[in-house]
Amino acid sequence: MLRRINSGSSDQKLGGLLAVAAGFSGLILLLIVVFLGKESWPLLAAGDWPALLGDSWYPLEGQFGLMPMLWASLAATVGAIVLATPLGLAGAIFEHFYAPTWLAKGFRLVMALLAGIPSVVYGLWGLTILVPLITQIQPPGTSLLAAMIVLALMILPTVALTSSATLAAVPRDLLAGAAALGMTRKGQILGVAIPAARAGIIGGVLLATARALGETMAILMVAGNVVQNPSGLFKPVRVLTANIALEMGYATGSHRAGLFASGLLLTLLVLVLAWLAARMIRRHSHG
Amino acid sequence: MADRLFTGLIWLAVAVVTSLFLWLLGDIVVQGLPHLSWTFLTEEPVNAGRAGGIAPILVSTVLILTVALAAAVPLGLAVAVWLTEFTRQGQQTARATQLSLDVLAGVPSIVYGLFGNAFFSIFLGLGFSILAGGLTLACMILPVFIRTCEAGLSAVNDDWRKGAMALGMSRRSAIWYILLPAASPAIVAGLMLGIGRATAETAALIFTSGYVDRMPESLLDSGRALAVHIYDLSMNVTGGDPAAYASALTLIIVIVVLNTLAQILADRWFSRRISLS
Repeated sequence: MLRRINSGSSDQKLGGLLAVAAGFSGLILLLIVVFLGKESWPLLAAGDWPALLGDSWYPLEGQFGLMPMLWASLAATVGAIVLATPLGLAGAIFEHFYAPTWLAKGFRLVMALLAGIPSVVYGLWGLTILVPLITQIQPPGTSLLAAMIVLALMILPTVALTSSATLAAVPRDLLAGAAALGMTRKGQILGVAIPAARAGIIGGVLLATARALGETMAILMVAGNVVQNPSGLFKPVRVLTANIALEMGYATGSHRAGLFASGLLLTLLVLVLAWLAARMIRRHSHG
Repeated sequence: MADRLFTGLIWLAVAVVTSLFLWLLGDIVVQGLPHLSWTFLTEEPVNAGRAGGIAPILVSTVLILTVALAAAVPLGLAVAVWLTEFTRQGQQTARATQLSLDVLAGVPSIVYGLFGNAFFSIFLGLGFSILAGGLTLACMILPVFIRTCEAGLSAVNDDWRKGAMALGMSRRSAIWYILLPAASPAIVAGLMLGIGRATAETAALIFTSGYVDRMPESLLDSGRALAVHIYDLSMNVTGGDPAAYASALTLIIVIVVLNTLAQILADRWFSRRISLS
């Protein structure tokens, strides 16, 4: 309403210009979809969809089974979530219920720094420190387990920071009430605070899942990259993202189309997760 | 008793996380520092990076980042201003734009790499070049930047808008002299997020700006970013680990320095304008 009052012609021009910019930004998504579709079209148009769900990836012989890599992606992601969720959640609880102010601040700083470290640096650390350690238990060292641990470290800040934000939003009255009823600290946290913040915490975990599925370089560097169904923690695996990064350099023809198709699949998976996460977090903030 | 156990577990978890973090950072400093020197920063890489330095790689990294910011910042600011100042709540076009940005924010970086390769490198004919890489990164950091700026702008008190209007200011000058400076902390935060992501990015760059580790002569030359260099040294070059660690340390320092610089510059620029008005 207010905005309508003094719109001179130069302001209208500005509005038009900005709207064009906004249109341009919306165009990017369209371009991404169009070009992923266009590049994977040779494969998708052939109509051999079930082949994509096969078990053998021999792109040079025309076999584009993505399943082993899809399973590897899911296994690494699930493992990372299982490791990172308790640690991240514990960090958030620590920050709100246990730590003195200065320590809570310090912990937040650590999380922020951890979130800012580039993924290749995690990969480098994993490759030179973690992998030799795992080799001592069972060679070859580059393995599903290494991928899980490195991924877990990378997504830990996401879980900790979102959980911490939702825990901070739990009404003080609820906690005060629980304390007045004589509940122990543990009872207050597990019985009141966590259930109240549940939707936000799940949202954060879903967000972290989406990150983990989309992560490329760190896993590529520690997972060993053998295309096979994940059958043990110490077996090397190749995930979908790593496959794209490894083979794009020399892929041509339908091989290239296969890689773009796997990119399309990956995007779809990640977007569904991100959408679920946004829904959970929004529901939390509405009540 | 159970209560004490729980407390112990929480402290244990935090200790584990913190020590892992210190281990990681300490490892990079301890292994990177001995190899890091002035000559390392100013020499060309020799023998695939095992010896020599990273000068051309630093130059490429800065150029890629400059291209990305030069494209993303004006566009991002324009979209953020449009979303907060020129659209009404619930307007269809605004909601569609916001939705598309949210979707963009969720796209994995390797997919940006695929897109950048197909669109910038091949369709637009930019080839493997700093320009293609920078523009790909621009697409990638755009959604986060817009979102943070938008949040900052909508947090500006409405009284300021009304005051500007009451004084007969055009909306253009109200935006330029009042709203943008008032939202500057958020804009700087968005800028830093963008810089952090763009500098750390590897997957989106391998197939857009490429691997070439010579000194770039123009924006159409291929240039190897620092993160790509670390990846290459540790994966493809045996005996490249010391140089990889020194590069990793450099990368982390670069990110911290750029963030601080962005903060200082923005503080100056914005404070000058708000005192002018």
